[in-house]
Amino acid sequence: MTAMLEVTGLGHTYQAKDGAHTAIADLSFRVGAGELVCVVGPSGCGKSTLLRTISGLIRPSKGEITLHGDEVRGVPDDLAVVFQDYSRSLFPWLTVQGNVEFPLRRGLSRAQRRTRAAEALEWVGLSAAARKHPWQLSGGMQQRVAIARALAYRPALLLMDEPFASVDAQTRFELEDLLLKVRAEHDTTVLVVTHDIDESVYLGDRVLVLSGSPASVVADLRVDLPARRDQVTTRESETFVALRAEVARLLNVGKPAEDVADRRRVDEHRVDEHRADERRADEHRAARWAEAERAETERAGLVAAHERDDLFSR
Amino acid sequence: MTRLSGFLQRWVVFAGLVVVWELVTRAVDDTFLPPPSEIAASAHELWFSGPLSDLLLTDTVFDHVLPSVGRLLAGWGIAAVVGVSLGVAMGRSTAAMQFAGPVLTFLRSIPPPTLVPVFLLIFNIGTSMQLATIVFGVLWPILLNSVDGARSVDTTKFETSAVFRIPRAQWVLGVVLPAAAPKIFAGLRVSLSLSLVLMVVSELVGTDNGIGSQLLIAQREFDFPDMWAGIVLLGVLGYALNTVLLSFERRALAWQPKRAERTPATVED
Repeated sequence: MTAMLEVTGLGHTYQAKDGAHTAIADLSFRVGAGELVCVVGPSGCGKSTLLRTISGLIRPSKGEITLHGDEVRGVPDDLAVVFQDYSRSLFPWLTVQGNVEFPLRRGLSRAQRRTRAAEALEWVGLSAAARKHPWQLSGGMQQRVAIARALAYRPALLLMDEPFASVDAQTRFELEDLLLKVRAEHDTTVLVVTHDIDESVYLGDRVLVLSGSPASVVADLRVDLPARRDQVTTRESETFVALRAEVARLLNVGKPAEDVADRRRVDEHRVDEHRADERRADEHRAARWAEAERAETERAGLVAAHERDDLFSR
Repeated sequence: MTRLSGFLQRWVVFAGLVVVWELVTRAVDDTFLPPPSEIAASAHELWFSGPLSDLLLTDTVFDHVLPSVGRLLAGWGIAAVVGVSLGVAMGRSTAAMQFAGPVLTFLRSIPPPTLVPVFLLIFNIGTSMQLATIVFGVLWPILLNSVDGARSVDTTKFETSAVFRIPRAQWVLGVVLPAAAPKIFAGLRVSLSLSLVLMVVSELVGTDNGIGSQLLIAQREFDFPDMWAGIVLLGVLGYALNTVLLSFERRALAWQPKRAERTPATVED
């Protein structure tokens, strides 16, 4: 299988006011053309930093990312992202159709844009809602609009950042199946970042398990489930159960990081206190990163905008 | 029927007040406080007793009222164009606000009427001095609201636009401007009523042209019904301008969920 995305020795360190924070230590992996790969890791482990470096929103401190063989410097031309927060990612002043057409104005005629939008909305089953505004739709439908917008763009790589984390469980199942359906029909290469273990196994051809911060690849698991998946039967199959247990073990779910025997000697109260401290430290670190990352994204965005202008003046 | 009752509801208090005013002023019988009927007669005489060929409008309308309104709209329009474009540009640049922030706050704090003498020196008496007064006075609410609005574009929209490589012009016109529009309109509305005030102020000094100067002349000549008619005209003008802007705003911001008149049914799949 030819590699659509290749990440080699990727590392990223944020420069914040109170010192440097390494979000990604050393990441290497490949995503083949037409593959759906899920990246799963504990919260605050640098998943979103990974996503932002791949999408060219921030420049990594070290390592190399190539998309269909071209090194990623700035935002690639044929990459689409579905963000977690559909309510912010969609433009409320545009209709559903307007939102899907918005990124297509560059280089496509009005009629072409219309055709592509209608097509993509049909794929996600929203043809009837084309003239509505996003806020008139349910959360699940809004995220389908975001997916349609990404698909209409015909990306070489579709990145999804916790795409179904903001919808209820029922809708989440529907959207997962919708993603599997459109990706099978249109042979899209997809990289999904998630913190949901079950989701990563259900969706993925492969699951990349990341360690806690700074992130590195702990395991690259092949999901040996049939291509056609079903919310009920797949989830109860032996392979699924075994895989999700393995991912959970790799992520150390439910276990404190320190030696368990040591822990037992400390009384319960102090354990709780210690955990609370750890959690606070984690949250604090995550907040600092988020801030540094925002600043960096803005800067990178401005640079990208300049490069874009150069492209257009040529 | 409901439209009519809504209309009645809105105006019944107003009509009642006019009646009370009429009764009170007739009872008091003071030359300084002419009754509304007398003011209306004055207004008719002043502005609506012209020849049929001019739609009954008098020369005063053409010589004083329309030029005043023209200056108001021109001043407000210039401030709107400058304020919105400068504000949006500054709002999207972190450096610009760091450098210009204190200067803006300083300039905004100067009461515009105090600058009339300065503008008189710079521009001499006439339209340009009057325009300068209006523009300088009403620029700040528009500028600062535009800055605020442009800043309010969230990171996700920025990243979405960056990822889809939205060209800069489309980013500014298609994302920043609509996102900032609610705040911009708030600034425009404040400025519009402010420009009416400054239009009058700019006509009180060194000119005999415009509604403001006519008002002053009427007062000096003890022509109180005419003076009151001028005041009423300013009120009507302010009301009309605001209504026009509001209807335009309602159309431009029709996409906003809370602006929809009926609660839209959420479509479920």
